[in-house]
Amino acid sequence: MTAPGAGTPAAQPSSTPEPPDGGSFLLRAHVLDGDDLRRAFTRIAHEIVERNHGAAHVVLVGLYTRGLAVAERLAAVIEQVEGVDVPVGALDVAFYRDDIGLRPIQPLGPTEVPVDLTDKTVVLVDDVLFTGRTVRAALDAITELGRPRAVQLAVMVDRAHRELPIRADYVGKNLPTKLAEDVRVRLAEVDGEDGIEIWGPPPEEVR
Amino acid sequence: MSRHLLSVDDLGRSGIDEMLELSSSFVEVTQREIPKVPALRGKTVASLFYEESTRTRLSFETAAKRLSADTMTFAISSSSVKKGESLRDTVQTIAALGVDAVVVRHRAAGAPHRIAGWIDASIINAGDGRHEHPTQALLDLLTLRRRLATTTFDGLRVAVVGDVRHSRVARSTVKALVAVGAEVTLVGPPTLLPESLAGWNCAVSHELDPLLPETDVVYLLRIQSERQDEALFPSLREYTTRYGLTAERAGRLKPDTVIMHPGPMNRGVEIAAEVADGPASIITEQVTNGVAVRMAVLWSLLGSGGSIA
Repeated sequence: MTAPGAGTPAAQPSSTPEPPDGGSFLLRAHVLDGDDLRRAFTRIAHEIVERNHGAAHVVLVGLYTRGLAVAERLAAVIEQVEGVDVPVGALDVAFYRDDIGLRPIQPLGPTEVPVDLTDKTVVLVDDVLFTGRTVRAALDAITELGRPRAVQLAVMVDRAHRELPIRADYVGKNLPTKLAEDVRVRLAEVDGEDGIEIWGPPPEEVR
Repeated sequence: MSRHLLSVDDLGRSGIDEMLELSSSFVEVTQREIPKVPALRGKTVASLFYEESTRTRLSFETAAKRLSADTMTFAISSSSVKKGESLRDTVQTIAALGVDAVVVRHRAAGAPHRIAGWIDASIINAGDGRHEHPTQALLDLLTLRRRLATTTFDGLRVAVVGDVRHSRVARSTVKALVAVGAEVTLVGPPTLLPESLAGWNCAVSHELDPLLPETDVVYLLRIQSERQDEALFPSLREYTTRYGLTAERAGRLKPDTVIMHPGPMNRGVEIAAEVADGPASIITEQVTNGVAVRMAVLWSLLGSGGSIA
């Protein structure tokens, strides 16, 4: 299996936005540890295989940066349980965002999808599902790479606050959060260790 | 931080590295079946060329179109400049039409800088007199980076051969090469080399032959035939004899040495046709990469949040 994104520059320190008020965020809770995360990967991988009656036509497309790492983990589990080498692609959605010009945006790496997506079942993979705007951009980006038979969505955390009619097909953890909070999925490949954390402003500042 | 790209100095080493890194995303876009992304929808890029140009103008327009920006071309031959309109009036007219970026080529050094002071749009220098041509420098470095499959230029030996004195390409590309750690030697007769080497941080050689076995890159500059009238060298044939990259000279290069030229080439003068078309030549890649680099520059100025470096 090829490893898209290999050799691309190290990920930016955090994909999460700076606190809007410029204040400092504090760690509020460790939600999942490394073992919990591993179980979630295993379950989602099984769900993908079950729902698609195997993995023969499945392509995992990870969104830079952590979505790509999650996609590679899922592919490894699917290979273990099904013996199928699932292609993994890397997708950058910067040029398709709806907030270009409204905030600083940089592409996080080159889009590399190793197979033609036409008639495949594409599973978009990201770490956190929040407003749904990134997934909306990803759907546009995918459309230009082929016409998949279906597109599904797998995320490690669904933290709600959707702004678009988008839902995930596979969810690692449903995590109700406050708008001002920040969910950080930490992965060994990017962050040195596995876990999911909630960060937020000091308690008295919570809106 | 700059809203404009007027000089390689606007970037510095970190800015150059950043633009080259960013360019890889645009190389990918240019290689797609449909090489277009909606990133700059609604933005307008005007080309203002007071000097003739084929590749640079087309390259910028292609870059803008692949980002879904609208383009306007201002060709001096069919414009009000023929009726005596001043540069300032022309620029302000273009600005009044509502443009987000203006790509400027002008025979006067510093013209893009002046224009940047007159209007709000981002100004990109596409060549001003003998001064600079910063996107050429970026595409040269991107081409080297991709061909050599490296991100570091430390200790890379580059021979820049020809009319350095009158070349804005040399000024920008050498500045960028030195900034990223390459060891540059300027090669040519004294009449075609800079009068002073202050600020260049380069070595100089009046002979090409001794450098052939050790250089990693040969960068040939166009011999501008109009210079012959100034008697800066005896004849084109004499120039070719001493400095032309003939097939025989190319045979004395290391097997992995690459050959570059910013175009347009004078085949048979500074470079032999079979060398230009040979496997060591990356001249066509320079043109191809020019589109990706210019997409990166346009995106950085108009899309990413509005500044470079």
